[in-house]
Amino acid sequence: MARLNVNPTRMVMTTLKGRLKVAVKGHKLLKDKRDELMKNFIDLAKEIKILREEVEPMLEDVYGSFSVARAVIQPEILEEALMYPKQSVNLIAGEKNVMSVIVPEFDYELNSNDSSDVYPYGFATTSGELDKSIEKLSDLFPKLLKLSSMEKEAFLLADEIEKTRRRVNALEYVKIPDYQETIKYIRMKLDENDRDSQTRLMKVKDMMLEEERQKEIKQNREKMEEFEKRMKS
Amino acid sequence: MNKIGIIGDADSVIGFKAFGLDAFTCRTGNEASEILHSIIKEDYGIIFITEKLYKEIEDEVGRYEDLMIPAIVSIPGREGSQGTGLSNIKRAVEKAVGVDILFGDK
Repeated sequence: MARLNVNPTRMVMTTLKGRLKVAVKGHKLLKDKRDELMKNFIDLAKEIKILREEVEPMLEDVYGSFSVARAVIQPEILEEALMYPKQSVNLIAGEKNVMSVIVPEFDYELNSNDSSDVYPYGFATTSGELDKSIEKLSDLFPKLLKLSSMEKEAFLLADEIEKTRRRVNALEYVKIPDYQETIKYIRMKLDENDRDSQTRLMKVKDMMLEEERQKEIKQNREKMEEFEKRMKS
Repeated sequence: MNKIGIIGDADSVIGFKAFGLDAFTCRTGNEASEILHSIIKEDYGIIFITEKLYKEIEDEVGRYEDLMIPAIVSIPGREGSQGTGLSNIKRAVEKAVGVDILFGDK
């Protein structure tokens, strides 16, 4: 792990300790977020799989019956019959918040509620096959919309999970160890400085005591000499 | 209020026309991507693309993956399902989890 390039001072250490605290807290929160997103996502993916496997054969069925209709009816008439749709779908795109990921939620309304009223043509020139295929498609349509919104949600969630996972990993394996290492380094450096000054002080104290002693000895000697002189005289 | 669009070959999209979807017919991937780029700014909520074309313009579609709207969804075309839809989900799972843990049996 790389130690951060900072001055080993007490103030920097305090700042770093604060940052470490935030990082640890953030790591925990993000991890929770990731786990919850993952749970949602896995459920969603399973649902999508089931829905898709249901929708796709139905859609193929619709195509099949359209092919039949196409074979029975003349192309111009078919084109004309479907040219001006009677039914129209109003898609209402709402938003849903899944763990702070904004995902779309599609709701739709048909402007005619009568399900037998979906045919945009008169029945005179077209055949029953076309009616059947339109009917099948109208059954299928809500499922298709649901599938769309779920897939979009899955993509957005996947994106968010990836981002969150990266953040969690960056915090767990880079940021937090870096901070810890730097704090340790600063603490050791400060301790070292402490010991340094301690020994220096002790040394100085020794020196001062020694000096004092020498002075005293000198004084004593001088006094002694003076005393002896006086005795002689 | 949003619209729904569908891009695909004429045979596949004709049925959807009856529902008031905006159908865009095209044959090649180039045409499809042109259409996609031109309609992406309009207020489409969902754009369906038939699988064959979707595969050809996958990279272009990927650019809009982060947008909340529109949802670009691949649906099987007249040729039948080629599994593009499921493989998209599979890719999303791989992106999120790291490995494919759901559809590994395929």
